[in-house]
Amino acid sequence: MILVSGDVERHIRAEGEKWYPDECCGFLLGQIDESGRRRVEDILPVPNAGQAEERHHRFRIEPDDFMRAERQARLRGLDVIGFYHSHPDHPATPSEYDREQALPFYSYVILSVRRGASAEISSWELSGDRALFNHEELECAAQHRARKRRY
Amino acid sequence: MAVTILIPTALRAFTDRKAEVEVEGGTAGEAIAAFAGAYPDIRNHLYDDGGNLRSFINIYVGEKNVKNASGLETPVPDGETVMIVPAIAGGKAPAPDCGARSNDKGRRP
Repeated sequence: MILVSGDVERHIRAEGEKWYPDECCGFLLGQIDESGRRRVEDILPVPNAGQAEERHHRFRIEPDDFMRAERQARLRGLDVIGFYHSHPDHPATPSEYDREQALPFYSYVILSVRRGASAEISSWELSGDRALFNHEELECAAQHRARKRRY
Repeated sequence: MAVTILIPTALRAFTDRKAEVEVEGGTAGEAIAAFAGAYPDIRNHLYDDGGNLRSFINIYVGEKNVKNASGLETPVPDGETVMIVPAIAGGKAPAPDCGARSNDKGRRP
């Protein structure tokens, strides 16, 4: 499970809408507790380093940006626990290209942006043998509060 | 010379959850080789079958990518950090060509 605060969720959605119709991308900075539950404390948006004509359906993160994100996370007592990117006018499910490029362990949050408006959001984790992108339960803080009220 | 290897989160499963370890090495290649020697299970994630560093792995000495320096021969000053940085990419599938074939979108296992 990965927990996302309302502020973080809004930030991801704003980034997806800001860069539409291109894909946005960035880092998930957070912590993992002893039970393996992940909590995203902040995101670090970075430019989509893909070629201009490819950015509507591809994203690429420069190694220099990853190096800086790792250093920033360490300074803040956090870890890079995954990445987010958007799928403009496309479902928030990983493509085969996503799977081919992914690394195990990390959370891959995908935001669908339809006609410029953010839509569904989901999280995925690559299996250890790289064969499958498994759905990871994503809980947003607003949903968490709503569920508590119901019970 | 002692250098500190900074380990990305994804690889800490192989280092007893350590975020950094100290090894001996005068070049980036020596430092990474010493690191892989200390944690053998990580070797396949760093090197291909030919013993070459995998293409999606970047090595930084301080804040400099060794690809822009002398590669694995890049010197590492005593006390410097060496960071392992994987390449990250992805994205939705390309649109179908004139509807003639489906794209590879949206695979849910």
